[in-house]
Amino acid sequence: MMALLSRDLRLAFRAGGGFGLGLAFFLLVAVLVPLGVGPEAQTLAKIAPGILWVGALLACLLSLDRIFALDFEDGSLDLLATAPIPLEAVVAIKALAHWLVTGLALTLVAPVLAVLMMLPAGGYVWLVASLALGTPALSVIGAFGAALTVGVKRGGLLLSLLVLPLYVPTLIFGAEVVKRGAMGMEVATPLLLLAGITAGSVALLPFASAAAIRVNLR
Amino acid sequence: MSIWEYANPKKFMQTSAWALPWLAGLSAACLVVGLIWGYFFTPDDYKQGSTVKIIYLHVPSAMMAINAWVMMLVTSLVWLIRRHHVSALAAKAAAPVGLTFTAIALVTGAFWGQPMWGTWWAWDPRLTSFLILTLFYLGYIALWQAIEDPDTAADLTSVLCIVGSVFALLSRYAVNFWNQGLHQGASLSLDKEENVADVFWFPLLVCIAGFVLLFLTLVLVRTRTEIRARRLQALLSRERLA
Amino acid sequence: MELVVTDLAVQRGGLTVLSLTYAAHADGLKAVLSVRENLEFWAAIHGVGGVREAMARMNLAELADRRAANLSAGQKRRLGLARLLVTGRPIWVLDEPTVSLDVASVALFAGVVRDHLASGGMALLATHIDLGLPEARVLDLAPFKAARPMVVAGGGFDDDSAGAFA
Repeated sequence: MMALLSRDLRLAFRAGGGFGLGLAFFLLVAVLVPLGVGPEAQTLAKIAPGILWVGALLACLLSLDRIFALDFEDGSLDLLATAPIPLEAVVAIKALAHWLVTGLALTLVAPVLAVLMMLPAGGYVWLVASLALGTPALSVIGAFGAALTVGVKRGGLLLSLLVLPLYVPTLIFGAEVVKRGAMGMEVATPLLLLAGITAGSVALLPFASAAAIRVNLR
Repeated sequence: MSIWEYANPKKFMQTSAWALPWLAGLSAACLVVGLIWGYFFTPDDYKQGSTVKIIYLHVPSAMMAINAWVMMLVTSLVWLIRRHHVSALAAKAAAPVGLTFTAIALVTGAFWGQPMWGTWWAWDPRLTSFLILTLFYLGYIALWQAIEDPDTAADLTSVLCIVGSVFALLSRYAVNFWNQGLHQGASLSLDKEENVADVFWFPLLVCIAGFVLLFLTLVLVRTRTEIRARRLQALLSRERLA
Repeated sequence: MELVVTDLAVQRGGLTVLSLTYAAHADGLKAVLSVRENLEFWAAIHGVGGVREAMARMNLAELADRRAANLSAGQKRRLGLARLLVTGRPIWVLDEPTVSLDVASVALFAGVVRDHLASGGMALLATHIDLGLPEARVLDLAPFKAARPMVVAGGGFDDDSAGAFA
């Protein structure tokens, strides 16, 4: 399993692996939104939590179709399905690899972009905390969408259509944590709910994803 | 005589052919009676004036929008567990109908909201939930369209329907948490305190019955079409190979 | 060929899918990984070693650090076949394993298959050329070619009785 994780990470970091694309997209969002909305610090501070979360979510979406599609095309997925590790574990490991190269990276750069978005000082800790807690759910849910569409040629757009509605609860609670944190209110309730969604998704969705992949490999 | 007999397409086609005219007729009768009664023979509300009458379309379609998804969930589970093709096709047939009911609920809600709240749209939890439900319907239908092999499509959409149901429910609560909202409480409930007045209530019940029957009629027609399409495919492939 | 594999996978009694590996047109190779990395990955997944030996057997030792993207078609094929050696699986199911191999490589591969058989393994090959394996039993499929293909039952949808879908 470590071999699979290190292979996926290596593939992501080598040429054409797409690492950095999501980060660049996230940066673009944080630059373009103020250009569109105007430079007033108060307005930006007000929308910063939502924009940062939506930006992170869309950046995460960009690389989802690579999770299984490449392995499906070159036959690796067939071979992994007959390998001695359970397919559920393969799905979980691949989602973990996706999280390490996108979710974790987004979490780490988010405070820098929050400066551009004029996020109030109280929000920084909660921005990082909510992204760290919430992005794993984004990767696991995304892996489920990728598993459903792995057999569909040029399924990228379909994948977004399937995955974005599933992202709604994560987005709401994640952005709420930052919003409340920035205003100095208590954040425990949305933070716990966010953690609950992540825990539930991580525990259950790999089974659904593995089932979908089995159907697609049939 | 068990319900599983209708899993046989032949049996299903025979029974539905018999039931369809009755359902269609009853549905039309209920809708005509309910809507005319509601629109012309009920008083205007003392607060809301005649705009209140939109509930005869709004409430039943909103109910059926949710019930259609529940029906898809049940038929998806039946397909996954018992592998009855008719069940999968019924789920496929129900989705566009449910989507249409969702759209009707949203549009009539907007027509009602404009004079009442002074706005066509508000990010109220109920409205938002219905918008999200629309997205779930769209995704489900798109997945059916995208996959060629019918059994693969049935399997994958069933899994999506189950996972989607959980997330749709989560979204409902998340949206409640996100904004407390200005939508009035439920129009119907067993707890009489909250109910609308009897004058509005009886025609509304007739309209709801009409919408339920309309939904059944439409789903039966669409399921029959899907079965015929599958039958056509089977015949064509047989001819190609012969 | 996939049909055979699926059937084997379905009939798990005694023979489990875990005793089998197969190679077809898609090799499961990653273009941006080197020959060694590709083999090491599959060896680790199957929990066996022997990457160095496998490379030596398939004459890939000199190419060990070259990326799979820069291999010729024949070299890629050899790498795909070397993968069989690091799975440690007793049953090989191979669909056209010799495509794009030159004569010398075919002989090399025939030797690998023979060793596999000698060590108690089994191989099922679909091929158009003679690998020169004296111990092989040939199943010539030509006489079994279906004169009139059968229609696979379609879940009750191909019921032809009168009025079935009135």
